[in-house]
Amino acid sequence: MTKIYVPLDSSAVAMGADEVAAKIEAITGIAPVRNGSRGMAWLEPLVEVETPKGRVAYGPVTLDDVAGLIRDGMMEGRAHALCHGLTEELPFLARQERLTFARCGITNPLSMDEYASHGGLDGIQKAIGMSAEAICDEVMTSGLRGRGGAAFPAGIKWNTVRGADADQKYIVCNADEGDSGTFADRMIMEGDPLLLIEGMAIAGLGTGATKGYIYLRSEYPVAKRVLTAAIDRAYWKGLLGNDVLGSGKAFHLEVFMGAGAYICGEETSLLESLEGKRGQVRAKPPLPALEGLMAKPTLVHNVISLCAVPTILAKGGEFYRDHGMGRSTGTMPFQIAGNVACGGLVEKAFGVTLGELVNGFGGGTRSGRPIKAAQVGGPLGAYIPLDKFDMPMDYETFAKIGAGVGHGGIVVFDDTADMAEQAKYAFDFCAHESCGKCTPCRIGAVRGSEEMAKLIAGGDATTHLTLVEDLCEVMEDGSLCAMGGMTPVPVKSALDYFPEDFLKGDKG
Amino acid sequence: MAENTSQPRRMNDDLITAHVGETGGLMRALNALQQHDGYIDAALVPKLAKAFNITKAEVKGVISFYDDFTKAPKGKHVIRICQAEACQAVGSRGLTAAAIEKLGIGLGETTPDGRVTVEAVYCLGLCASGPAAMVDGQLKGRVSAHLFDAYAEEGEA
Repeated sequence: MTKIYVPLDSSAVAMGADEVAAKIEAITGIAPVRNGSRGMAWLEPLVEVETPKGRVAYGPVTLDDVAGLIRDGMMEGRAHALCHGLTEELPFLARQERLTFARCGITNPLSMDEYASHGGLDGIQKAIGMSAEAICDEVMTSGLRGRGGAAFPAGIKWNTVRGADADQKYIVCNADEGDSGTFADRMIMEGDPLLLIEGMAIAGLGTGATKGYIYLRSEYPVAKRVLTAAIDRAYWKGLLGNDVLGSGKAFHLEVFMGAGAYICGEETSLLESLEGKRGQVRAKPPLPALEGLMAKPTLVHNVISLCAVPTILAKGGEFYRDHGMGRSTGTMPFQIAGNVACGGLVEKAFGVTLGELVNGFGGGTRSGRPIKAAQVGGPLGAYIPLDKFDMPMDYETFAKIGAGVGHGGIVVFDDTADMAEQAKYAFDFCAHESCGKCTPCRIGAVRGSEEMAKLIAGGDATTHLTLVEDLCEVMEDGSLCAMGGMTPVPVKSALDYFPEDFLKGDKG
Repeated sequence: MAENTSQPRRMNDDLITAHVGETGGLMRALNALQQHDGYIDAALVPKLAKAFNITKAEVKGVISFYDDFTKAPKGKHVIRICQAEACQAVGSRGLTAAAIEKLGIGLGETTPDGRVTVEAVYCLGLCASGPAAMVDGQLKGRVSAHLFDAYAEEGEA
């Protein structure tokens, strides 16, 4: 029987994938496989049909297209205005280096058999035969750095938790992916959830932790449903439980829902929230690796960091390290978003340029107007002007100009964007999301927004910008965490690279 | 009448006691109550405090910290419009203005007849398919102002 695929990914569902899948089934009697997304958002819902030559892609398929597509031979993979040929040969996909997202969109996310037959479980099978120390060594060798934004060397964190003496240790997955422009965590949790489960179970073996939590944001209802079903499946198949795949070691895992607070993506705030409290940031030290959840040693990692682990164990730390440049080793799932023609997920080794991602993959703006800037790394990331688009995406290059790669999100803006408005928004967002614990962030963000509002309303630029710059310095130096400490990054980059946007209202 | 009021109250008690002793029990209980009732009834605060052995002030502190927990019921329909950068880049400011104009209410407000609530949301993870919104829990990508027509007309009828 013909195999047909309609993604269950949020980006497909938001464009009508559920209705498309239902209609295909109503007409043909064949229930489509609900796969993950291939990461080509502009083609969603991307319907694929299996043919002797390979999978053929159709998209974007709307409800109104379905009957006509079937009549014109979609089920046999025939040509059509919406047909893009073999999925694997689409340039957007063919030019990527997918290690973490290798299976995403290809397999049924909830099938353990398909997971295993596509290279899944190789990592944990190897890990089971290794000592905890050897597992941590492999992660160290890979050079993996935290993919949530802070880019801290993962191996060091693993060894700290492993070396800590405690009756209970925890693995906590930070799935509070709140940065605008990022959706890699969501996409992998929806498209290949067993990968995250395997990565967390390996982390348990490597550190001696027997209990894990996935702290998931409430804005991701599809991810919640898929992850929960995948965890049930993993217990059934023995990947989770008191005896993980016959290793004699226990690892238990559950999803914990957040409640709409961006700050809970900060690791100590997340831990507070996971303990049922206000998500207020903790002062460090003590490090969560030593005193984390319930004051026990806790390995806190972003989704993508944990999802890189099975590959590192399966193919070796050196294999992973051989991707990338300098101290930015491995691959990064970059997310091209905002005003872009062909937005989506591009997994590449570090070193690809910003311009290649935005123009080469993204095809420029969706509006067709010239690009003005791209904000890289979420709401706390810098606005990068067009003349810096030849910068390679790696941690050190970005750090040199006071910017960051963050979680790999790239938001494209065309020439209608007003950078003074964007700077004001950075303060507004910080004011809305600040946990309120430290003064520079709590008060600084509000004052910054007020000053920007006065400037935009036509106030004296010199007066207001002097105060804004002063506030930025206080927030950078005095804030407890990155929320207040990095809100000045978008503000200052907007001001540095687009000063004209800040002066146009000046009547002085 | 007595039947009607005691029934949901007993369910609320169950939703609270089910999470006592669990990691993050208060968050779980509040999420369950919000989902079940559509808001957190202030009358439940003493019960929550007693169940989790913390002060009423601490319970209130947790409720007020998180955007998802509301003190009053929302409208029959809840429209959440993304306000974050990726959606700004494709016109979410204009879209939000259109919603406010068509529905006659601001962000965070409910129509006087209790039919529609419009809220800000900061990122639905649909950043390459913006502007994004969520209507009664359903995700919507590449949203245009026409989305609001049905809700605006329903009100005039």
